[in-house]
Amino acid sequence: MEQLYLIWQGMPSLLSGTLVTIELTIYFLALGFLLGILLALGRVYGPLYLQLLVIIPFERLFRAIPALVLLFLFYFGSSFFHINISAFMAAILAMGLRSAAYQSEIFRGAIQTIGEDQMKAARSLGMNTLQSIRYVILPQALRLSIPSWANEYAVVLKDTSLAYAVGVTELLRQGRYIVARTFGNALLVYTVCALIYFILVFIGNQLLRFLEEKYKIPGYEIKTRREQSVLERI
Amino acid sequence: MSFLELAWNILPKLLAGAVVTIELTIIAITIGIVLGIPVAMARVYGNKLLYTISTFFVEIIRGTPLLTQLFILYFGLPSVGIMLSPFVAAIIGMGINSAAYQAEYFRGAIQSIKKEQLIAAYSLGMKKVQAIRHIVLPQMFRLVIPSWSNELIYLLKYSSMAYMIQAPEIMSQARLIASRNFRTFEVFIVVALIYLVLVLVLSKILDSVERRYRIPGL
Amino acid sequence: MPHVILKVENLYKSYGKLAVLKGISFQVNQGETKVIIGPSGTGKSTLLNCINQLTPPDKGRIWLEEIEVTNPATDLNLIRSSIGMVFQHFNLFTHLTVLDNVRLGLVVVKKIPKDKATEISLEKLNQVGLADKINAYPAELSGGQQQRVSIARALAMNPKLILFDEPTSALDPELIGEVLNVMIKLAERGMTMVVVSHEMGFARAVANEIIFMENGVIVEEGKPDIMFHHAQNPRTREFLHKITELYGGKAE
Repeated sequence: MEQLYLIWQGMPSLLSGTLVTIELTIYFLALGFLLGILLALGRVYGPLYLQLLVIIPFERLFRAIPALVLLFLFYFGSSFFHINISAFMAAILAMGLRSAAYQSEIFRGAIQTIGEDQMKAARSLGMNTLQSIRYVILPQALRLSIPSWANEYAVVLKDTSLAYAVGVTELLRQGRYIVARTFGNALLVYTVCALIYFILVFIGNQLLRFLEEKYKIPGYEIKTRREQSVLERI
Repeated sequence: MSFLELAWNILPKLLAGAVVTIELTIIAITIGIVLGIPVAMARVYGNKLLYTISTFFVEIIRGTPLLTQLFILYFGLPSVGIMLSPFVAAIIGMGINSAAYQAEYFRGAIQSIKKEQLIAAYSLGMKKVQAIRHIVLPQMFRLVIPSWSNELIYLLKYSSMAYMIQAPEIMSQARLIASRNFRTFEVFIVVALIYLVLVLVLSKILDSVERRYRIPGL
Repeated sequence: MPHVILKVENLYKSYGKLAVLKGISFQVNQGETKVIIGPSGTGKSTLLNCINQLTPPDKGRIWLEEIEVTNPATDLNLIRSSIGMVFQHFNLFTHLTVLDNVRLGLVVVKKIPKDKATEISLEKLNQVGLADKINAYPAELSGGQQQRVSIARALAMNPKLILFDEPTSALDPELIGEVLNVMIKLAERGMTMVVVSHEMGFARAVANEIIFMENGVIVEEGKPDIMFHHAQNPRTREFLHKITELYGGKAE
C-alpha cells in the first residue's frame, strides 16, 4: 500500500515526463516527415548525382548507426564544434534525422507502388512536375504510407526513451528520479512507465487506424499492406 | 594527438567491447528463436487461453521500449530480491524483446503458407502435429530468413542500449575511455565507424545466406 | 486549304541501341481521324508519346498548328494541355472520384474556377454517358466506364487533338463497344484524333486514313477502302488480312 501511495505521489512528475515524451515524439516525427518526403521525392524524381552523393549516403548512415550513438554524436558533437544547443535539441536533431531516413524509405516505397502511369496521366494534362506531385502523387503516397507510418510512430515513440541518456527529463528519467527520491520500488515505478508507453503506442495506433479508415478509398489494398507492415520491425 | 592516432590507440579496447556487443546479439537472437516459435505456434494453433496469453505477451513487449524493459530487469527485479548482472539482464531483456518480434515473423510466415499444403499433408494421412513438424516448420524457416536478417541487424544496433545498464559492450568501453581522455565526440565517431563496418559486413553475409537458402517458388 | 493541326517530320527515337522510330512523317488535318496500325513493338505507342513529348524524340520536328512542339523554348505544359491523351490502361487518378478526375486538369492547369470547372466536367461526363457515376471512384467502375471517364478527362481540357493509345486493348470484349461508340461520336462531331488501335471495324467506319507502321517506319498510308482492298505493299496486305481475321471487321 505504501508503495502505491508513493507512485500516486509521483504521478504528477511522471505525467510531466510523459508530456516531454509526447513532445519529443511529435518533434521527431515532424522533422522526419518533412525531410523524409523531400528525400523520397529526391530519390524518385531527383537528379542522379544528388541521389548518389547526398541522399543515399545520408539514409545509409542514419540507418546503420545505432540511435544511441547518433544521439551521443549530436550531443557531444555540438560542444566539440562549439555550437551551443540543448540536450533536447540534440535529441531532436539526431532522432528526427534518423526518422527521416526511415520515413524516406516508407514514402519512396509508396511512390513506387503508385507507378509511372499516374505521373504520365498528370503530365499529359499539362501539369508540371510539382503540380503532379502535389495533386496526384502525394495524396496517394500518403494514404498508402499510413500502415508503415503507424509502425514508425511506435518505433519513434519508444526511442524517445533514449533521450534519457543525454539527460532529457522525459518519462523514464522522471521514473528514475522518483526511485532515487523515495528509495521506492523500482520494479513498480518502471512498470508504471512501461504501461504509460504502452498506452501511448495504443492510442497513437488507434488514431492512425481511424485516419486510415477515414481516408479509405476503393481500390487501395491497404489491409493486406498492414499485414505486411506488422512484420517489419522498423 | 591526432584523430587517427587516437582512433588507433583506443581501437583494441573498443573492439573488446564490440566482441561483447556481438555476443549479446547472438545470444539474444537465439533466445528469441527458442521463445518465439512456441509463442507463434500458440498464436496460430493454440486454444483461446494460449492465444490470449501469447497475444498479450507480444503486444506488451512490442508496445514498450526495450530500454524500459532493461530497466525493469536490472533496476526493478532487485526490489523482489532477484539480482542480475548487467550482461545477464541485457541478454534476457533483448532475448525476450526479440522473441516477441520473431513470434510475429514466424506467425506471418506460417500464415503465408498455403492451406493446400496442409490439406495435401492430411491427405497422406499425417496428423496435425506431423503436418506442422514436416510441412509447416521447414517452409516457415525458409520464409523467415529475410526477417531474421533484419532482426539480427536490429539487435546488433539496439544492443547499444545495454550500455544504459552498464553491460560492458562497446558503448560502455567508449564512455570509459572518454571519461579519461575527454575527447568524447571523437571516441564516438570511432564507435559509429565500428558499427558501420559491423552492419555492413553482417548485411553482406546475410545477403549471401539468403541467396543460398532461397527455394524456387517460395 | 485544309487546316493542319499536327505535323510530324522525320521523327527518330532509340532506346540504347534499339531504334524504335526511324524517320516518321505524317500530318493530321482538322477534324480528321487517323488510325495507326501495325504489329506490336513497332513503335506506335512511342510515336504517340513523342507527340506530346512525354517521351522526348531524338531527332525530328513536330508542330501543333503553328507552334513547334520540338522547339526547346516551347512551353510543353501548355502544349500538353491542348493535346488530350487516352491510355491503354486508362490511368485514372485512383484517389479521386470520377468528377474530380475530370475536373483536376481544369482547376490546376487551366486555373478555371471550381464552379465553372464542375459545369464543364459534368457536360463532358454526360457526353460519354456517365453522368450518374460522378461520385464513384475508378476502382468501382468497369474497364469500359473507366476508359470513358478518361476520354471525358481529355475532352474537358478542350483539346485540339486527342491521342488514343490502344484504348480498347485492355478491355473485356463485351466492353469494347461502349468505348468505340463514344469515339465514333467524337469523330462525327469533328474531333481531330490519332488512334493506335487494332479495331478494324472502327478504322473502316471513321478513319480518314489508315497508317500502317512496321519496324519504326510508315510502310503505307491511305484511305481505309484502298488500304483494305488495294494495298500496294504485300506486308500491308498480309497484316490487314491477319488482323481482320483476328479482330473481325465490324464496328461493334
